[in-house]
Amino acid sequence: MSAPPATDPAVREQPAAPAVRERRPRSRFLWPALALPGAIWLALLFVAPLYVVLAIVFGGVDPIFRTPVPVWNPVDWNTAQFSDVFRHIVGDDGYFGPALLRTAVYVLSASALCLLIAYPVAYYVARYGGRWRKLVLALLIAPFWISYMMRMLAWVNLLQNDGLVNRSLRLGGLGPLAVDWLDGRGFVVILGLVYGYVPYMILPLYVGLDRLPANVLEAARDLGAGRVATFRRVTLRLSMPAVIAALLLTCLPMLGDYFTSDLLSGSPRTAMVGNLINTTVLTPGQTGQAGAFVLLVLVVALVPMLLYVRSARSEGLSS
Amino acid sequence: MTALSRWWQDPRRRPRGLQAITIGYLVWSLLPVLIAVVFSFNAGRSRTLWQGFSFRWYWGDPERSVWHDATMHTALTHTLLLGVVATAITVPLGVAFALGLDRWRGRIPEGANIVMLFSFVIPETLLAVALLFVVTQLATPLTLGTSAQVAGLVTFQLSYPVIIVRARLMTIGKQYEQAAIDLGASPMAAIRRVLLPMLMPAIFASAVLVFADVIDDFVIVRYLSGDASTEPTSVKIYNTARAAPTPALNALASLMLLASFLAVIVGLLAYRRLRRGEKDVSSIESFAGGL
Repeated sequence: MSAPPATDPAVREQPAAPAVRERRPRSRFLWPALALPGAIWLALLFVAPLYVVLAIVFGGVDPIFRTPVPVWNPVDWNTAQFSDVFRHIVGDDGYFGPALLRTAVYVLSASALCLLIAYPVAYYVARYGGRWRKLVLALLIAPFWISYMMRMLAWVNLLQNDGLVNRSLRLGGLGPLAVDWLDGRGFVVILGLVYGYVPYMILPLYVGLDRLPANVLEAARDLGAGRVATFRRVTLRLSMPAVIAALLLTCLPMLGDYFTSDLLSGSPRTAMVGNLINTTVLTPGQTGQAGAFVLLVLVVALVPMLLYVRSARSEGLSS
Repeated sequence: MTALSRWWQDPRRRPRGLQAITIGYLVWSLLPVLIAVVFSFNAGRSRTLWQGFSFRWYWGDPERSVWHDATMHTALTHTLLLGVVATAITVPLGVAFALGLDRWRGRIPEGANIVMLFSFVIPETLLAVALLFVVTQLATPLTLGTSAQVAGLVTFQLSYPVIIVRARLMTIGKQYEQAAIDLGASPMAAIRRVLLPMLMPAIFASAVLVFADVIDDFVIVRYLSGDASTEPTSVKIYNTARAAPTPALNALASLMLLASFLAVIVGLLAYRRLRRGEKDVSSIESFAGGL
């Protein structure tokens, strides 16, 4: 906190105090009045909808119309729908299990690949950007302004059977080789996720690495640490909070992703939990199932979400 | 010490490897999109084989070009409509929310702040499904289509202006507002005449960010769309990308790209202009510090 010294005498001065107290009542209602519209909006359209999901998952299904019948009172909640979904995840006919496992594998490997790409790029721009830094930063931010769908469409164009990728493979002397890239290949979906979410990782990493105090790095070198040792024992450790924040910010949206798999494969062989939500949510009679998947993802996402909220709040309090 | 290890230890060695990774990344991240834009100007039907330059898919083709295909037309205008309306609601709501959260002490604002942070990181699909349930299962004024889409988008985007404005409020501090009140301004006037002008760059930045994010949104607008007339461009791309589309789809996507970049450039110019006025602010700051 940097309160300019000029204000200090004013605070200590006695006569100013009553005047401030006089105006208190008016500003006491001002801040709540400003905050309440937003708070009410979030209560009605963020918190309440999540409760509606619970009421539907633990509610019943109309026997004739197959429409969900939400149960509002938690005392009357019926776990039949949820345990039904749960049985299909772990039980003998656990046909939802593979998709959940696949989601974990895809999200973890895509996040790891994202970090492998994003860290060196962010490190290079933060440390050695030089006079190109502004231009490079603009190019790094550019994917943010390009819609996700357009970026996936770009890859669909490149990877389709007569696309540029196959064509250049053919030119490269690989003969009549035509790989059907978009036919349910896991690694294509993972690379699509990496392509889609890596910009979200580079930016927080860049901010974190840019803030590293240069004198600490110089001190490490002056004290005899080599390049590798400086990086491993100083840079990497100091940038750990940024790495964790960046991982959280990429993992969380990936958990609900279904469109990447839909566009780059479209096959149930690469279905993620998002695809399970997407296919059940619009099917009559399966609304409860969709709700159960939403609840499942919410529970899994709760820990990273809490971590993020905690770090964001402590950052706000300390600075 | 061998030459190799001396080279490795040299503190002034240029990081060629890192440079190569960065350049490679930039090419990989931008070239596919650039190719897609180039093929939107293709004269033929192919999105992979160059057949000459034309504006056929923008307006030349009497049936399938963006200009003449009603569905593309609708998608484009609906996207821009959502962008404008959602931004116009989100930014004032968020700025007021940020001011209130920053100054109001107690449990309610504390809880509201936590909820706001959750809304920032929740996977979008979860919020979209929850809102879909609300709209379809409950009797609310919201109906599938524009009203539900706007409500969903505002909910999802509200945290951006709040986070940006609060970060700015933290650097501004309370002294200017206090000075205005000491000089006889009412709290409301202090906000309007002192705080809001100082927050203008942050407000503008968040408006641009929200607008660009809304016109690129896919998950919420898809679930909450009513019929084909409320399906924005992202949904149109999703629906047709794998169904043998013409380069008109590339043209549609390129137009959205153009809209985003125009918003960013306008935002950047205005931001610079607003920051230019801030020179006074920083001189005030140094003046106060020097006293």
